[in-house]
Amino acid sequence: MAMEFLRPATWDEALAAKAEHPGALPISGGTDVMVEINFDATRPEYLLDLTRIEELTDWSADGERLRIGAGVTYTSLIADLADRLPGLAMASRTVGSPQIRNRGTVAGNLGSASPAGDAHPPLLADDAVVEAHSARGVRHIPITEFYTGVKRNALEPDELIAAVLVPPADGPQQFAKIGTRNAMVISVTAFGLALHPSTGTVGAAFGSAAPTPRRATKAEQFLAAELTESGRWDSRAELDPAAVTRFGALVAEAATPIDDVRGTADYRTHALSVMARRTLVWAWTDYRRKRVRTCA
Amino acid sequence: MSTPTRTEQNLGADIAGGVGESPLRPDGTLKVTGEFAYSSDLWLTGMLWGATLRSPHPSARIRSIDITEAVRTDGVYAVLTHDDVPGDNLYGLEHADQPVLAGDVIRYQGEAVAIVAADHPETARRAVNKIVVDYEVHEPLTDPEQAVFDSTAPALHEGGNVLRHLPIRRGDPDATADVVVHGEYEVGMQDQAFLGPESGLAVPADDGGIDLYIATQWLHVDQKQLCRVLGMPANKVRLSLAGVGGAFGAREDLSMQAHACLLALQTGRPVKMMYSREESFFGHVHRHPAKMRYEHGATRDGKLVYVKAQIILDGGAYASSTPAVVANAATLGVGPYKVRNVSVDCYGVYTNNPPCGAMRGFGAVQAAFGYESQMDKLADALDMDPVEVRTRNALHEGATMPTGQVVDSAAPVEELLERVKAMPLPPEPNASDLDGYDLRLLPGGVSNTTHGEGVRRGVGYAIGIKNVCFSEGFDDYSTARVTLKVNGGDAVATVYTAAAEVGQGLVTVQQQIARTELGVEQVVIQPADTGVGSGGSTSASRQTYVTGGAVKAACEQVRARVLRQAAKHLDLPASQLRLHAGKIVSADEAVVAAVVDVLGGETITETVTWRHRPTHPLDENGQGNAHVQYAFAAHRAIVDVDVELGLVRVVQLDCAQDVGKAMNPDAVVGQIHGGSAQGLGLAVMEEIQVSGGMVRNPSFTDYLIPTILDMPPMQVDVLELADPNAPYGLRGVGEPPTISSTPAIVAAIRHATGADLTRVPVQPHHITGTP
Amino acid sequence: MTGKVTVTLKVNGRTFSADCEPRKTLADFLRQDLGFTGVHLGCEHGVCGACTISVDGSTARSCCMLAVQAEGTEVTTVEGLASDGNLHPLQEAFWKHHGLQCGFCTPGMLAAASELLEDNPDPTADEIREGISGNLCRCTGYQFIVDSVQDAAQHLRSTT
Repeated sequence: MAMEFLRPATWDEALAAKAEHPGALPISGGTDVMVEINFDATRPEYLLDLTRIEELTDWSADGERLRIGAGVTYTSLIADLADRLPGLAMASRTVGSPQIRNRGTVAGNLGSASPAGDAHPPLLADDAVVEAHSARGVRHIPITEFYTGVKRNALEPDELIAAVLVPPADGPQQFAKIGTRNAMVISVTAFGLALHPSTGTVGAAFGSAAPTPRRATKAEQFLAAELTESGRWDSRAELDPAAVTRFGALVAEAATPIDDVRGTADYRTHALSVMARRTLVWAWTDYRRKRVRTCA
Repeated sequence: MSTPTRTEQNLGADIAGGVGESPLRPDGTLKVTGEFAYSSDLWLTGMLWGATLRSPHPSARIRSIDITEAVRTDGVYAVLTHDDVPGDNLYGLEHADQPVLAGDVIRYQGEAVAIVAADHPETARRAVNKIVVDYEVHEPLTDPEQAVFDSTAPALHEGGNVLRHLPIRRGDPDATADVVVHGEYEVGMQDQAFLGPESGLAVPADDGGIDLYIATQWLHVDQKQLCRVLGMPANKVRLSLAGVGGAFGAREDLSMQAHACLLALQTGRPVKMMYSREESFFGHVHRHPAKMRYEHGATRDGKLVYVKAQIILDGGAYASSTPAVVANAATLGVGPYKVRNVSVDCYGVYTNNPPCGAMRGFGAVQAAFGYESQMDKLADALDMDPVEVRTRNALHEGATMPTGQVVDSAAPVEELLERVKAMPLPPEPNASDLDGYDLRLLPGGVSNTTHGEGVRRGVGYAIGIKNVCFSEGFDDYSTARVTLKVNGGDAVATVYTAAAEVGQGLVTVQQQIARTELGVEQVVIQPADTGVGSGGSTSASRQTYVTGGAVKAACEQVRARVLRQAAKHLDLPASQLRLHAGKIVSADEAVVAAVVDVLGGETITETVTWRHRPTHPLDENGQGNAHVQYAFAAHRAIVDVDVELGLVRVVQLDCAQDVGKAMNPDAVVGQIHGGSAQGLGLAVMEEIQVSGGMVRNPSFTDYLIPTILDMPPMQVDVLELADPNAPYGLRGVGEPPTISSTPAIVAAIRHATGADLTRVPVQPHHITGTP
Repeated sequence: MTGKVTVTLKVNGRTFSADCEPRKTLADFLRQDLGFTGVHLGCEHGVCGACTISVDGSTARSCCMLAVQAEGTEVTTVEGLASDGNLHPLQEAFWKHHGLQCGFCTPGMLAAASELLEDNPDPTADEIREGISGNLCRCTGYQFIVDSVQDAAQHLRSTT
């Protein structure tokens, strides 16, 4: 079976093509899709190349959120948005290699919806919204509803990811990832943390430790309550070590990892609790040290 | 030739680029411009592409193979199975036990079953998928210990599952000691992971024979096996070396050679085969996984009294070089130490795991992890410095190995250890004040897992021993043809051997030897092929020794002829003449002729088959002078370990090695860097994970080799203690650095963590203690 | 669009046009159809970096791009690094400092190093390591590659 290649020049053409060929596989940087094709793991009838659509490579401020076009590469995200989206930028720096970052995109991570995608934990921690377009219209999918299973997402067959909407950091953010080498490594497990002083909430999420990227809701709620009730959002007092430990334990509790070639389930759970504790301490130290913007 | 006149003149400098210098490598321009033709770059008009069907099961019986649909596919020219092999359907380096195409029995996942030639690689792959094989799937035998000791286990080959058992017995088997340490150790299956996957081009010839252009380590052993498989004499099976994208042992066995030849002969068209990375993991042998039990007994002052060891090497489905791997692990099993009482039992076994064979340092690498871990354990038990316990037992020239062989050249074990110990240490991060410290230099690097929390530094030492060249009475030789003639007014030497350049720089060394021996600047290295006698294998750290020896010997004969000729013309005794920088020099240091004038229009050619001194088989107690030469390297590793997360960063890796004579100092250091990096990989990341006989990670996504951010800077100290038995006094260089690097790094991790690490590669969960 | 597609692109300053299947990678297209065999394939899944080339001024894995995606781009392969028969200082340095053994990784290393030096003409050893962390080498242990890049950087600074 031959594969056909669709190369729309405009977004409208792309949406029309996707409507006509719902099985078409969108490709941009190709860093995920091409691996599947080269391994013969996927034989799509149509490939829908989005690289000609220039507007996808733009980012902009969209009301209270930053709108990151689906074609924005990790390299430009690191260069342009590290101050406003520090968690996502930290995660982006750990993606693949310089060449992969030159071409890979956050939207690609979302499209593949691999539990190991590096961008997922910060997107979850920061309440991102996926902007999906189709010939039928525009749909905003909250990130928590986006991941539906292993390598599955909430997109309809005729939908394409146009952009990701992410609120700029209103507090410190952190990201940590376990890999068994120092470059070009897929995460054994990864953790993203965002403190939201403006709303008194906490975002905490992990990858590679459940069928989908996942938020550690109980841990988020526990920490938010702890910070609010103790008045620490305002006092910026040192964290209670017991609370840090509890936060780590709750993050680990939320995980349902498996044993695989990259690591064991028990190790992943253990590592998550360590990363959760450490990133919390770093984020809080940041918060105590400087006046972090408290509004978007 | 004009009559030479005696002229007083300055002899001038030696010819540049001779032995002991680091001239530019002759293939360098082609390699940096992308013009160097690797085997994967070969191309002929009208050529077909071959593809291979491999068994998805590690153990099965083939009931039937239906190729109907594959044959019918448009663009397919041939589909071959075991029935189509004209000669013997078996190959192997020492034991021909591996089918070229599986007949009725499947012994490992990835075993070749059928091959296809088509006009497009994609067509060939699709046709492969249309071949229907009916398998009766069996339970695989995957536990090597079961293969040795369980007599009820199914025999995978005639003669049972123990391919070789080599006992070494020396001294008193009942010796006792004050201090005894036990240990059980495991080494995972490492892959050579050369960067250029297997590939080659087979071209049918008009004489009914075949020409194969191939990336290999040993043209003649390929040829010998191909003749048997194809049922053809050697003059019909001609091999030429194509560009080799790394080897490290993985190209010592056949991969696609026979398949491409069969398809080319069947179709009458050139056939190219080129493995993907995934197929490469199934297409070549790997490093033997090992299970080792050691018991070391010592006096209270740290002198070894006895060593007992059992080493089980999993050879997987076929023999490959397992017998030689067993010999190395057994004979070098106690390491570079003097021990009076030794009892080693080493087994190489068949299982349904992937076949294992040659990889850099084979046998010695596995044993070194065992004996060096034991030396550290002994140091702990004695509360002694780990270098001290080693130097107290250090092997030296004149000492006796457990095989009874006396070490008859330099064995600077103590000196190498002291040298690495004396090298400057890198600065240590101050955990309480990391302001300004580049956090990316901590374990976890850019992944931001620590800002100093849990990080501890450790230092570890190890030393290893390796035999150089082939052992146990093997007729190990190389052939060199050297020609000298005048070309464009200059004397030009041409060196022709079948020895495989695989990246190590053999072509440079050959040029250097010819320059030094013949005093000519221009030396052409002919492409290697089977048109000249065997060069032997590019393995066992032997090529500079043996092919270097052959080139030297051939040059010496050419030189003698030039001098005889000059003597005749000059009417002087040849014994009073010598060659220097293109000139004939008399006993009283006067230039009496130019080489170009002596040569005139004549071409002088000499071909020499050169052997190192003989070795001998081992007797039933593992006694005998089995090895030609021993080589030694020591490492010191400095690591930072995040003890809570189990992540390791090797901060510095230092090495001291005795190379006898640094033929090309830069190339020597390059070997030490590269070999050390492969040892680092085995220490902390590299393993083919096999479960139930199935490979779980056949890709570079999940088989991790060190990146530049994993491999730290090295301090390297090269000793040159000449071996009087070897050409130029040289000692094989390639393997020793791979051997001691792994145990040194693990020792450093133990030092940092206190964890009892008994398996490599060390995984994070081994350090954290989580299951 | 069915069957073959025509791809037109500039490689090392020359314009090429050839038909290819849509699923053909840029690496295969450059190697098989245009003859740029200096583009090496070590893994075909974006890890080893041997196929690294420059596409419109930034490095890319040519095994992870389709040829059709390169339509209208300007590509530089290792074959385009030397000019007027003179080796690029990086090529000279890799040769001189033993930055290669088997040489299979070299074209990708040169592409990555070349991009690094354009962005940062005076990199530290750590910056060099960061810059070529996406390229695997199995022979050298990398130290001589770092030395090569440092030497080339110095040479380039002194001549410009």
